[in-house]
Parts: sequence; C-alpha cells; structure tokens
Amino acid sequence: MLTVPGWPGHRAGQHVDVRLTAEDGYQAQRSYSIASAPAASNQLTLTVERLDDGEVSPYLTEELRAGDQLELRGPIGGYFVWDLEMGGPLLLVAGGSGICPLMAMLRRRAGAGGSVLTRLLYSSRSWEDIIYREELAQIGAAGTGLQVIHTLTRAVPPDWRGRAGRIDRKMLADVAWPPTDHPLMYVCGPTPLVESVADALVSLGHDSERVKTERFGPTGG
Amino acid sequence: MSFVSRGFRGRPRDQAEAGRLPPGQHVVQDFPVLSAGPTPRTPLSEWTFSITGAVDQLKNWTWEEFQALPTERITRDIHCVTKWSKLDTHWEGVSVDTLLQEVQPRAGYVMAFSDGDYTTNLALDDLTGGKAWVAFSFAGEPLAPEHGGPARLLVPHLYFWKSAKWVRGLQLVTADSPGFWETYGYNMHGDPWREQRYSGD
Repeated sequence: MLTVPGWPGHRAGQHVDVRLTAEDGYQAQRSYSIASAPAASNQLTLTVERLDDGEVSPYLTEELRAGDQLELRGPIGGYFVWDLEMGGPLLLVAGGSGICPLMAMLRRRAGAGGSVLTRLLYSSRSWEDIIYREELAQIGAAGTGLQVIHTLTRAVPPDWRGRAGRIDRKMLADVAWPPTDHPLMYVCGPTPLVESVADALVSLGHDSERVKTERFGPTGG
Repeated sequence: MSFVSRGFRGRPRDQAEAGRLPPGQHVVQDFPVLSAGPTPRTPLSEWTFSITGAVDQLKNWTWEEFQALPTERITRDIHCVTKWSKLDTHWEGVSVDTLLQEVQPRAGYVMAFSDGDYTTNLALDDLTGGKAWVAFSFAGEPLAPEHGGPARLLVPHLYFWKSAKWVRGLQLVTADSPGFWETYGYNMHGDPWREQRYSGD
C-alpha cells in the first residue's frame, strides 16, 4: 500500500509505472495495475505477483519496507477502465494475477453500493492461489447482484463442488450473459487465456467491441 | 528526478545490450502479445490494403497483388511502450516507400487503419525513407494472427503500438490527429529514444 502525495485519483482498471534505480544508476521500469478502488484519498494499493526470475517483483515483494520511497508514474490507461456510469451487465474474466485491475472495478462497484449485475469468472491453479479469495467470498455473498465463479486448473480441494479446468467456450457459454444482454466484458490474464476467451466470446455472438482485453504476466527475459 | 531505491540491485548488466536500449526498456526473449480486444481474423480472400485520403490516386491491393510486390528482409530492434524490447527481430515485408511509389501524397500525415477498428497516427516522414514496412513474416514464418497477421505495419524506430497490427491501409491526412491509443493518453509521436510514451512527454 502506497501513500502518494498529490495523487490525482484514478479509474478502476488503470495502472502505474514503477521505476527502481540502483546505486550505479541502472534503472528498471515495470507496470502494475492499481488494485484499490478509486477513492478520495492519496493511498493506493498495488498487488504484485512475485516471479521467481523477475527483476522487479522480488524487490517489491521481499525487499521493500514500510517507510521506503518508491518512484511511480500514473495513473495510466484510459481504455481498460470501468466507471459506474458505464453500467452493465458486466462479465469479468480473470486468469491468475489478471484479477488485479478487475478487483479495482469490483471494489468500485462494492463501494458504491454495488447494483450493476456482474459475473466474475476467475481461473486459478488451486484454491491456495486465489488472490483476494476472502474478499471475493464476502462481496459475492452480499446479495448485490455479483456472482463469483471460480475455476481451478491444477488442483482441487477434496470437497470442491465448483468448476475445474481451463476456461473454454463451453464454460463461457454457461457463465456469460447472453449476447442479447449486451454485456461489457473485461478479460485480463496471461495471453493464451485472454486470446482463447476473447475468441470464444466473439464466437458465442458477443460484440467484439464490447470485449476489452488486457494481457498480463511475465514479459520473460 | 530519480532517487536510489534502497536495496535494489537489478539484474547483472549486459553492457552490449544496455547500449542498444532506449531509456526505461529491458530486453525480453519471448514475444509478448498486447492488444485492446479480440484478434481479428480476416480471410486472405477478403484482405485488401489501401492507400486513401489526400493522394492523387487511390491504390488498392488484394493479397495476391500484395504478394507480387518486391519485398525486403529486415532485422531491427523493437520497443514496446510497456517497457519490453526485443533485439534483432527478423521480418519480411513490403517497404512503405514501394507502396507509395505510384501515389502522390498530398498531405504530411497518415492515419494507419486496421481490422478491429484500430488506428494509429504517424507523420509521413516517419513512414518514408526506408523506415517502415507492411510486414507479413516474422522470424521466417507467416505472421501469426495474435501478432498482427496476416500483415502489420512495422515502424521500428517508434514505440511498437505505432506498428499497427492487422493493418489494412494508410489514409493520408492534412492534420495529425490521435489514433486509438493516442486518444487514450499515449503520445502522438512515440519516439522511444526521447521516451515519448504518454501525452505530454
């Protein structure tokens, strides 16, 4: 959680650019979605997934301490955003850490008393890997028209009655709003997931202009 | 101004690479895919490339006609505004100079347009003089749809969002007006060496 003096506020779905500088002047920059809801405050939350071979994420998740300074720029991004006025129904599809910008949207929705009909389809490797698991259970149970649907792709708990396996066309046909509802759709996660989900939504008859994608994950190297 | 991030060391420096990288970029070995929406899938039988707008003569090529044009093989570094760079990428395509040969441009700016309603604006200067191609092959293979196939614009000296995927034509225009990402806050020009990422840079 960061306190940013002079923070101008942000829209759900936007991100910041973080820049680190080593003592020899070497710099590394990466982008992270803002996970906190837009608020009248100068505090914002980034959720960072630590990559084993990452250059910046191990620093942010292991080295950074309360009181340290972090250089960031933002908010950035005007396309993959959701404001209350945009309405719904909303279909949010996330894979792994792709949940982060969608979480800002869900928190925005919840903070405003949440009435836009929303379905979140969230793919994770296992129950333990689900980010924001408790909070999603809470806001999903609040009876405000939000359904949280998990699918687990690698390991399911013994008493699991939820969905399993990767998101495919059949799962989307079950879960997504019918095209006649003209939902707004946001898909975020690793490229293979985003590619197949976006293709499937279009093939199910959804308007491709209402499918917004953001691709996430390690950029390799 | 930057300050030192306490305790940050970063990766071991590769000096040879460092000299080739614009500010804020890092090298990747994979080829990340970023786009705003679903991948368009126009069949080749329907594909055309057009030069339109402020020109003396409109030009149009079908895929077959396009394939018959002289092509070039180029190797360039590419730089994405999301901070990754890929060095020595291999492409094959038709030079934009070749496409503009029989056309008299009557304006100094271009709006490149693509399937999926994507657009990006460029100065004609940034597309001519051996700086830009319409590329249909990457690393010796036909360009994959998720990377912009069957053909994308290739303008390696600018941030890669200017290398419009699924490109279908160039519209010559008299004024520089923002394309898709430019409308959402990205820089009108996009020079990685001057770190022109966002509007106002």
